[in-house]
Amino acid sequence: MERVTLACGNGASENNALIQRVFFKHFENQILIQGNDSAILPSLSKMAFSTDSYTISPLFFAGGDIGKLSICGTCNDLTMMGARPKYLSASFIIEEGFELKQLEKIAQSMAEECRKNGVLIVTGDTKVVGRGHADGIYINTAGIGEVIYEGLNPQSLQHGDVIIVSNSIGKHGASIFSQREGIDLVSHLYSDCASLFPLVQTLFQSNLTLRALRDATRGGLAAVLNEWARSSQTCICIDEKQVPISDEVQGICEFLGLEAYALANEGTFVLALPKSDALRALEILHSHPLGKEAQIIGEVGGEYKQRVILDSGYGTRRFLDMPSGEILPRIC
Amino acid sequence: MKMLELKQLYQGFRDPKSILAWSEKIKQEAKDLKCKIRVMEVCGGHTHSIMKYGINQLIEEVFEFIHGPGCPVCIMPKNRINHAVLLAQEENVILATLGDMIRIPSSKGSLSDARSKGADVRFVYSPLDLLKIAKENPNKTVIYFAIGFETTTPMSAALLERVEREGIKNILFHINHVLVPPPMEAILQNQDVHIDAFIAPSHVSVIAGSKIYEPFVSKYRIPTVVAGFEPVDLLEGLWMIVQQVKHREARLENQYKRSVSFEGNLLAQEKIEHYFELRESFMWRGIGEIPYSALRLKEKFAQYDAERVYDLPYEVVKEPKGCICPQIISGVAKPLSCKLFGIVCKPTSPIGSCMVSSEGVCNAYFRYGNLL
Repeated sequence: MERVTLACGNGASENNALIQRVFFKHFENQILIQGNDSAILPSLSKMAFSTDSYTISPLFFAGGDIGKLSICGTCNDLTMMGARPKYLSASFIIEEGFELKQLEKIAQSMAEECRKNGVLIVTGDTKVVGRGHADGIYINTAGIGEVIYEGLNPQSLQHGDVIIVSNSIGKHGASIFSQREGIDLVSHLYSDCASLFPLVQTLFQSNLTLRALRDATRGGLAAVLNEWARSSQTCICIDEKQVPISDEVQGICEFLGLEAYALANEGTFVLALPKSDALRALEILHSHPLGKEAQIIGEVGGEYKQRVILDSGYGTRRFLDMPSGEILPRIC
Repeated sequence: MKMLELKQLYQGFRDPKSILAWSEKIKQEAKDLKCKIRVMEVCGGHTHSIMKYGINQLIEEVFEFIHGPGCPVCIMPKNRINHAVLLAQEENVILATLGDMIRIPSSKGSLSDARSKGADVRFVYSPLDLLKIAKENPNKTVIYFAIGFETTTPMSAALLERVEREGIKNILFHINHVLVPPPMEAILQNQDVHIDAFIAPSHVSVIAGSKIYEPFVSKYRIPTVVAGFEPVDLLEGLWMIVQQVKHREARLENQYKRSVSFEGNLLAQEKIEHYFELRESFMWRGIGEIPYSALRLKEKFAQYDAERVYDLPYEVVKEPKGCICPQIISGVAKPLSCKLFGIVCKPTSPIGSCMVSSEGVCNAYFRYGNLL
C-alpha cells in the first residue's frame, strides 16, 4: 500500500492495517495498544483539557509539519495554563490518495514531539474522505494535562507588571506566507514551531510569581496583548524597539505590507509577572535554546484602559490594535 | 543575500535620532510662520506612514495634514465593485484581484460575501499569478479585476503582454486603473478645500516620473514635493515644503532621488501606452466624474476586456446613510467628524471603504489612534 484509499477508513481490515502500520508503530504505549473504545487513564489531581484542529497549508514547512504542529499546539495550550501535558487523542481526516510515506513522516514528527513533552497519544480516529473533499490531511488533537502551577490568569494583571516575549516574533506566519506564495527571498527563515513545556517547566519550578502566560499563535503578539488588556481592564504599554523581530521576518513584512505583531507564532509565548521577578525570569529563559531571544518588551499601566500602546522611542505613541479579518497584502 | 538588500531599503530611514533631528529642524525652520501649513498627502500610503510613525505628533504645530484621494480601494465607485461581484458569480469564472478589494462592501455585497456563497474569488500578490491560475484551470475564465494608480498599471500591462505572447485564451481584464493628477486637480477646484502644499507619493513617480506634478507648480503655484514612505523620507520632504512656503516659492522638488527621476520609467510608460488609453470620464467615489482620469484597454485588445465580453450594467449606487467617506477623501472632512467612526464603522464591520483598506484614512485613524 503506497497511498491511503477510501477502504482505509471503512473500519475493516484495511483500516486496521493502516492503524497498525503507521499509528501504533509510532505512537506505541501501553494504553494505546489495548485498542479499546476508550482509553482508561489513571486519575490526575487537577486537570487541564484542550483541543485544536490543524489544517495548515503547506503540510510540510520550514521548521516543521502538520504533525509536529498538532502536538506542539495542543501541548502548548495545556502548558500555558500551568499544566504538564499527559495524554492526547489524535484524529485524522485524510484525503483519498494521500501518500503513505508522507503520513508516516507526519506520524514520526508527532511521536518525536510527544517524547519532548512526555505525553502519550492514548486514543485516536481515522477517517478517509474522497479526493477533493479535504486538503491532504487534517488533524485534531485533544489533550489532558496535570496542573502543576495554579493561578495563571490574565485578569490578575496589575499596574507595574512586566511583559516578556520569549522569542523573536512572527517567524511561523512569515515562513508560511513566504512558502505558500512562493516568495523565495529568504534562506534562513523557518517557523518557530516548538514544544514549550520543557522551557516553561523551568519557570514553574523557579518560585517566581507568574501572572499570565499565552502562546502567541493566530493573531500574534498583538492579539495576546489586546486580549489581556481587555480582560484585565488595564492598559499595556510596549516599547517598540525592545520587541525582537528578525531581519528575515521584517523583510517579509516590508515586502507584503504586513506587521510582525499580527503574524502567528507556534513556539513563542508572552509572559506577565511582577517587575521584581522579571530579571530572574529573563535569566531562566535565556538559559534555554527556545528562550534565547527573550526580551522585556513593556509593562502594564497607562491611561488608555483596555488598549495596547506602542511607544516609538522617539516621543510618539500609537495604538497596537487587535488584528482583524484575513491578513492581506497591500495593494501599491 | 536578497534579504540584505531589502533591509537596506528601510534601515536608517527609521532611525529615532534622525527622526528627532528632522522634526527639530522643521520646527526651527517654521518658527516664524504665522499659521500651520495645510499639506495634502495625496496617497493613502503616506497617510498610514504619518499615523503609524506618529509624524503628525512630532510636528503638529507646523502642519495640518489633509488626507487625499490616493487609495485605490477607497475611491472605487460601488458600481465597479458590483461589476466585480457579478463577474465572480458568473459560471466557470475565477475572479482575482489585489488585497483589500475583496472586503469592500457594495450594494451586491462584497467579493468576500460572494466567495462565502461559493464564488471563486482569489487575491493575488502580483497579476502575473494569474498565469498559473489560468493554466491550472483551463476550462474556466480567469478575470483580473485590475485596480490601482500608476504603480500597479505596468503589472497589468505585463500580464497582458504574457497572455498575448503565450496565446492564453482564458484570461480577461476588468480595468479600473486610475491616475493621480486628475483628482488632485479636481480637489483644487473645490472651494471648501484649502491646500498650501502637496506631498506626492514616490512610488507613483518611480513609474510616471515627477513630471506629472508640473501643472500644480506652474498653473496653481502650489509647492509640491515627491517623497518616500519611510519616516525620514517624509520628514525631509516636509522640510522641503517648509522651505518653499517660508520663501513664498512654489517648486516641484524630488526628495526620493534614489529611485525617482523627472521622466520616470520610460519602458513601463511605453507598455502602458501600448495597451491602454484614457477613458473620457471615470466616476470617482466621493469626487464624482473626472474627465480623462482613468484608463481602459484599447479597442484592438477588446477580446481581453471583460467589460466588452460581459454585459455589465452602469448603475448609480448610493453611499450608506451617515457615511462621510466621500468628504474625507475629497479633503473636506476628517475621520473623527464622522458620526459612524469607531462606533458602527470599524475594520471588523466597515460601512465605508475608507475603514476597510489598509491604505484608507479611517483605517489609519482607527488602527493607530492619535495619542497626543
